[in-house]
Amino acid sequence: MLANFGFGALLITLLISLYGIGAAIYGVRRNQPAWVESARLAMLLTFPLISVVALSLIVLLVSGHYELEFVSSVTSNSMPIYLRITALWGGQAGSLVFWSWLMSAFATAVTLRRWDRDREFLPWVIVVSLITLAFFLILTIFFENPFERIWRAPNGQFIVAMFQPAGASLAMMRDGQGLNPLLRHPGMIIHPPMLYLGFVSFVIPYAFAIAALITGRTDDRWIRITRRWALVAWLFLSLGLILGGRWAYDVLGWGGYWGWDPVEIAAFMPWLTGTAFLHSVMIQEKRGMLKHWNMVLIILTYCLVIFGTFLTRSGVLSSVHAFAQSAIGPMFFGFIGLTFIASLYLLMQRWDSLKADTHMTSMLSREALFLLNNLLFMSILVVCFWGVMFPLISELFTNQKVTVGPPFYERATAPLFAGLLLLMGVAPLSAWRHSTAKTLGRAIWKPFIFSLLVGVLLPLALGVRHWAALLGFWLSAFVASVTLYEFWRGALARRRKSGENLALALWRLAGRNRRRYGGYVIHLGVVLMAIGIIGIEMFQTETQGTIPRGGSLSLRDYTVTYQSLAMFDTPDGRNVARAVLSVEKNGQYVGELHPRRDYYFESQQPMTIPGVRSTMEDDLYVLLVDWMPVSSQGATFKIYHNPLVNWLWLGGLVFILGTLIAAWPEKDPEEAVERAPRSAYAGAQV
Amino acid sequence: MRNNQPLRDVSPTRRMTAALLWMVGLLLLAGMTLIFVPQASAQNPTPPPAISDDQVNAIAKEMYCPVCENTPLDVCPTQACAEWRELIREKLAEGWSEAQIKQYFVDRFGDRVLATPPARGLNWLVYVIPPIAILLGVFLLYSAFRAWRRSAPPPAQASPPAAGSAPASDEYVRRLEEELRNR
Amino acid sequence: MSEVITESTQKVAARSRPPWGRILAWGGLAVLLALLFFGLLRTQSGGKRIGARAPEFTLTTFDGQTYRLEELRGKVVVVNFWASWCKPCEQEADELEAAWRYYQPRGDVLFLGVAWTDTDKKSLEYLQKFGITYPNGPDLGTRMAQAYRITGVPETYIIDRNGVLAYAKLSPFLSIEELKSAIDPLLED
Repeated sequence: MLANFGFGALLITLLISLYGIGAAIYGVRRNQPAWVESARLAMLLTFPLISVVALSLIVLLVSGHYELEFVSSVTSNSMPIYLRITALWGGQAGSLVFWSWLMSAFATAVTLRRWDRDREFLPWVIVVSLITLAFFLILTIFFENPFERIWRAPNGQFIVAMFQPAGASLAMMRDGQGLNPLLRHPGMIIHPPMLYLGFVSFVIPYAFAIAALITGRTDDRWIRITRRWALVAWLFLSLGLILGGRWAYDVLGWGGYWGWDPVEIAAFMPWLTGTAFLHSVMIQEKRGMLKHWNMVLIILTYCLVIFGTFLTRSGVLSSVHAFAQSAIGPMFFGFIGLTFIASLYLLMQRWDSLKADTHMTSMLSREALFLLNNLLFMSILVVCFWGVMFPLISELFTNQKVTVGPPFYERATAPLFAGLLLLMGVAPLSAWRHSTAKTLGRAIWKPFIFSLLVGVLLPLALGVRHWAALLGFWLSAFVASVTLYEFWRGALARRRKSGENLALALWRLAGRNRRRYGGYVIHLGVVLMAIGIIGIEMFQTETQGTIPRGGSLSLRDYTVTYQSLAMFDTPDGRNVARAVLSVEKNGQYVGELHPRRDYYFESQQPMTIPGVRSTMEDDLYVLLVDWMPVSSQGATFKIYHNPLVNWLWLGGLVFILGTLIAAWPEKDPEEAVERAPRSAYAGAQV
Repeated sequence: MRNNQPLRDVSPTRRMTAALLWMVGLLLLAGMTLIFVPQASAQNPTPPPAISDDQVNAIAKEMYCPVCENTPLDVCPTQACAEWRELIREKLAEGWSEAQIKQYFVDRFGDRVLATPPARGLNWLVYVIPPIAILLGVFLLYSAFRAWRRSAPPPAQASPPAAGSAPASDEYVRRLEEELRNR
Repeated sequence: MSEVITESTQKVAARSRPPWGRILAWGGLAVLLALLFFGLLRTQSGGKRIGARAPEFTLTTFDGQTYRLEELRGKVVVVNFWASWCKPCEQEADELEAAWRYYQPRGDVLFLGVAWTDTDKKSLEYLQKFGITYPNGPDLGTRMAQAYRITGVPETYIIDRNGVLAYAKLSPFLSIEELKSAIDPLLED
């Protein structure tokens, strides 16, 4: 019953979206604002409707309506309630509904802003958003319907269909197959939604870019409207990526946080272009240059979002994260083709009107360095894109599958990341427009000397000898010193001018230019992350051994002693083998670790959950690899020593904090002036 | 025709820019050579009779089995991978080198067992395309820079305030304020 | 990626020779879309090729005999992909062997077992354990598995007398009757 209701709501949403598209286009063509307004209302209506769809699906999931094929494929009686809710995005069909839900939430939010000054964008923003939404709804309704039920035909066969086939009766299912165990981690509750949010929210800047192209109003207005949207989208995407890394570290049990898996890269690619956009957009704001390039970047970002979604959902690529092979591929391909071709066509049409009076006086100016930064981001993108595409090409032309694995990406991108760090250190000190070697040198020498002390001598004193690690540490120290120096200089200058104390000066300084200082905080986060990455990538050591009970394994300063192993079944359908290890560091007892192996009966999948002892200095990461049938005989453990990896997570926190500072709503100075009487309302806008 | 003044003024900038470009270029080059130089594999001379897990993992780390795609062999928990690791152990015990073992796996299970495609045939493209594309990008950016500089008006009117007569900190405040205004 | 480059090419090229940039951009996009299209076609055709010519293969068995599909015209060929570590394969091992013994006297049905991602030692142990007598061999270079685009083991493909793929099953056989009902129709004509 509820299934029919949800499906009905889904259908109505699709019809309303299609109506909205038509009404908006008609309204523009005939110059009848009433139709556009009607389209806007249609868009507003989609959100409550999809909420109804999603909520009915959640209710069905939670109440265990296993006669629904989707419900039985992702939930089971043994799953706790929170996992049944998160199962919404645990399977293809549900995640499409979830995606549409988020998408329409964003579209609604953007429709609610005030449009007085950019009326002409409105219909096209509606059209782009609604086409995207309608596409996902069509996928859901015709190809991956979560409301399809399992019917039992008179001859005993099971049929999956939305409506009752003749003579069939609803199949009575007592239990479902349950969620993929990999997805049963608390990290999974938040990681996919964040990633999806990042993905869908890039639709908004894209919609504005397309609207600007169609209307021909290619001044800076669309940039001003969308820069915060882009920042918010980027925030979610970053958060999704960082949480994904943490989840991999905690659950996947291979001692790492990032495996250069095609699906990870698919999420990383829009992040790269998005980051490039956030930097180069400043050039357009300050100098009016590069209008083309920003347009290209934002369109590319969205295309990469769609492209990544296609890769992971159509079954073209295989990966741990990929959804099972599915029928949505051809449809999705059509959508990608439409998006790419339409975007490129519009871009070409307006190419000449985007031309700006571009000139550059100094190749050391901030804008020049930003362009170098963009070059590096694009280079990383090229490496990633090629690494993802090549197995596909190889399979097509030679019939041979190949693996393009982490060594490829690491070797190709490491120097590029190093280049980015260098720029991150230099660029904040260079001025817009004109910057000479002399001015730059004068600004740079203090942090440079300081960074040499901290980034090279300190690691040398601590025994680091590897040149690449030293380079990495120096670069990190350099960026950190430059960034902190910038805060310091700014605060000092402000104190001199206003007489505030240093802390207040710093606070007000950051408050007045959140985007700039938020950006610096992000840079500091990146530095911390870089330190963690250098630590784990260059200094990770590992050992593996089979030891009897009471035996020990040693790695670095640590000795782990195998105490016992217990095997037991849990009520949620797992068989758990859990080892108890005691850990000593330099002969001192420091605690116990419990690596385990969970075996899920329903899906017959094993999962290796590491036991981790985590400090700022290093992580001791122990995996239970194998054990003798009689547990007393012995067990095999794999131990990783991951230096500094906690800095990565700390850096992630700082990174997100910085993004929040930068994205925090502030009054748009123009609008605040213009709309002084209703400033409270204006402040609430985007 | 230009006078010499701005030219002299510009030349250190140009030198520094060139240095910066060189630095980036060198970094790129370093990356590329790293790609091309095959990994020097640690040959283990005459393996002891008992092969340790660490020796097995050192090889398995850089291999992939088709059962658990994109998960390195040394950490893949499936039975199939456990057997592959056992096979590596046996071969090591028979005195095979790392290269021989990898070659055996390639013959037996295909190129996909290697972490990166062997550089032959079509696979060369994996290693060739990114550097070419990146160099192309560098070239494009460089020529764009040159075109933009040519079209730039002489910086004469902009230089006086920055001449160094005012204290650096005031200049800094001025810049901060200007940036706020320009948003 | 071609798109990225060409679009940035565009940026510079636009002022001097506009057509080149455009041609490159469109060309890059066309190549990308073509790649995706054929990649997708390949994915989609997995398991749906019933009625099409079965991919050719050469299988060298563990005891050194070589079977080429093209030389097996006139016989119904049952190709079973398995692995020693695969539990569901064990379920159907007895059924497959029983079916082989049932058809073997006729001479026009051939069973071929293909060990996928398996080590030779374990494969031979498995064959011994289940007393399998039909020819079995390793899938060298995982080529057969790729040609048939298998998604896991066990999978069974039945090729009719004309070399056409007539039947595919992506899960274990539960009974010998199930096998017979798949093979018998191919023997009638």
